[in-house]
Amino acid sequence: MSLTFKLASRNLFQDRLRFVATIVGIVFSIVLVTIQLGLFLSFERMVTAMIDHTSADLWIVTLGTKCFEDPSLLDARDQAQILSIRGVIESVPVVIGFTQWAVPSGGVTPVFAIGSDAGQRGLHPWNVVQGSLAALSAQGAVAIDKTYSNRLGVSKIGDSAEIREQAVRVAAVTDGIRSFTTTPYIFTSLANARSYVATPPNKVSYFLLHVSPGTDIGAVREQLLTKLAKIEVLTPDEFRSRSRAFWLFGTGAGAALFAGALLGAIVGTVIVAQTLYSSTKDHLSEFATLRAIGSSSGYIHKVIIYQALLSAVIGFGLAACIGLVVVRSTAETSLPIVMTPGLTLGLFLLTVLMCILSATAAIVKVLRIDPAVAFRQ
Amino acid sequence: MNEPLLEAVDVVQRLGKGAGEVRALNGVSLALGGGQLTLLMGPSGSGKTTLLSVLGCILTPTEGTVRVRGHSTVGARPGELAKLRRDHIGFIFQSYRLFPMLTAVDNVRLALDIRGEDPDRATARAKEVLLTVGLAHKENAFPGELSGGEQQRVAIARAIVGNPSAILADEPTGALDSENGLAIMKILAKIAKDPSRGVMVVTHDPRILPLADRVIYIEDGRISREA
Repeated sequence: MSLTFKLASRNLFQDRLRFVATIVGIVFSIVLVTIQLGLFLSFERMVTAMIDHTSADLWIVTLGTKCFEDPSLLDARDQAQILSIRGVIESVPVVIGFTQWAVPSGGVTPVFAIGSDAGQRGLHPWNVVQGSLAALSAQGAVAIDKTYSNRLGVSKIGDSAEIREQAVRVAAVTDGIRSFTTTPYIFTSLANARSYVATPPNKVSYFLLHVSPGTDIGAVREQLLTKLAKIEVLTPDEFRSRSRAFWLFGTGAGAALFAGALLGAIVGTVIVAQTLYSSTKDHLSEFATLRAIGSSSGYIHKVIIYQALLSAVIGFGLAACIGLVVVRSTAETSLPIVMTPGLTLGLFLLTVLMCILSATAAIVKVLRIDPAVAFRQ
Repeated sequence: MNEPLLEAVDVVQRLGKGAGEVRALNGVSLALGGGQLTLLMGPSGSGKTTLLSVLGCILTPTEGTVRVRGHSTVGARPGELAKLRRDHIGFIFQSYRLFPMLTAVDNVRLALDIRGEDPDRATARAKEVLLTVGLAHKENAFPGELSGGEQQRVAIARAIVGNPSAILADEPTGALDSENGLAIMKILAKIAKDPSRGVMVVTHDPRILPLADRVIYIEDGRISREA
């Protein structure tokens, strides 16, 4: 074992209470950052879940649409003009909107209805665990997610409830289609959706366009913008970016999550800096001796940096274990905390960076030591 | 005498600033040659430790020149002075200055580790030197488990393990009883027999005068006499 590492580890472990305080500081800080960034990732994925689960090449939306849930309406009669554009092979109308679900046992709860017809490449539920997509074509047929069974008062195929005084029957059950707004999604046919969200027959929320292979998407977009008024034509990536920008930053939710993460990182850095500094102060006479006998500044910095890195590795190890427990315990909730390999690596690097930054104060202190101190009693 | 290992020429050292400024050394010139045990004696506050710090390249003189094996330290940067110290000078301090969390052998090895020497070779060399100071059986003991005399012997081993040209000791027997103090001085006298190495010891202890090859008396920052 190198002497610098030995000195660092013994300096670190010598005062057990201070060591525990350092580790607790790092763990709390990293767990907080993990939760904040995990929620951010989860939120980021959930706000684009509907866009991610369509195969459309282009979305036609009303001018100024901010996100998928923005309930603006297009003229359904534009369908013919859309299909007349060279390269467009399918245009699927989709209707969305908030409505009220009457729970069988009494009371109402808001739901978000999404309607598009089976047989077309529209917006259909995924992860279907009971029933089938085809069954949604029937009048009053809906798909619910089992996450919201309790809230909706239905749990299996055949269970019934009401939307706007119209009878609805569960025809499919999905698993894991959760809403970041906490308002459950229900999927149904286009006609049912129109009826549930009170959209007139001549209106739709979106057109999902599919173009033939090799078609110039830019050219199709240009033609659509020329032919249709008050619309925007977005690629899925553009619509995703717009939705994320709105929900994460337009609403302040993302900024709040980032602020929490930043706060966690700052608190962790300060705690580690404080403990490293006080540990360095306790060993000033030893560092002075090192300087007196001719040690380079780099050698002494190495001791302090090793202390910081050891704290980082131990702290991160414990924080990662706690983070895993948190991730598992929220996996089935409506807003699960997401942990990806990239986030794990990023958090490790953040911990290391945080601890190295923390060492700065201690290093500055050591740089100022007068080696002549070694001659004093 | 061959080329001095350490040399001070007209060294003036002012300490403090403004009204609190003190002229700790006032035109000191001396040379430390090989194969000699030199004692530096004088009353408290006479400038002994300051002179040792200047000769050891820990303090940069306000005026005058210090040479280490003929190389002037004038204008040297802190990093260069540190290199001179680790390559050419061994230090022994009154309060030992051992690392309490390192074993005796690791404390000795430290002087080689800061030079970037191979850990295995450094450990073997540290054990060898501990043997010469009579502490081979305590190589794995921590300073807290050693007597004062044993700790000072570890400190001597640390000072000599890198084969420095000069060894500067600041009252190495100051914290020891007379028996242990004499034992330590005998080790230093033995080390000073090596013609390639010079040993300078700051001391108040007249009982060790018979071991010295040369005694320099310093008073009010000046060399008052030499014997």
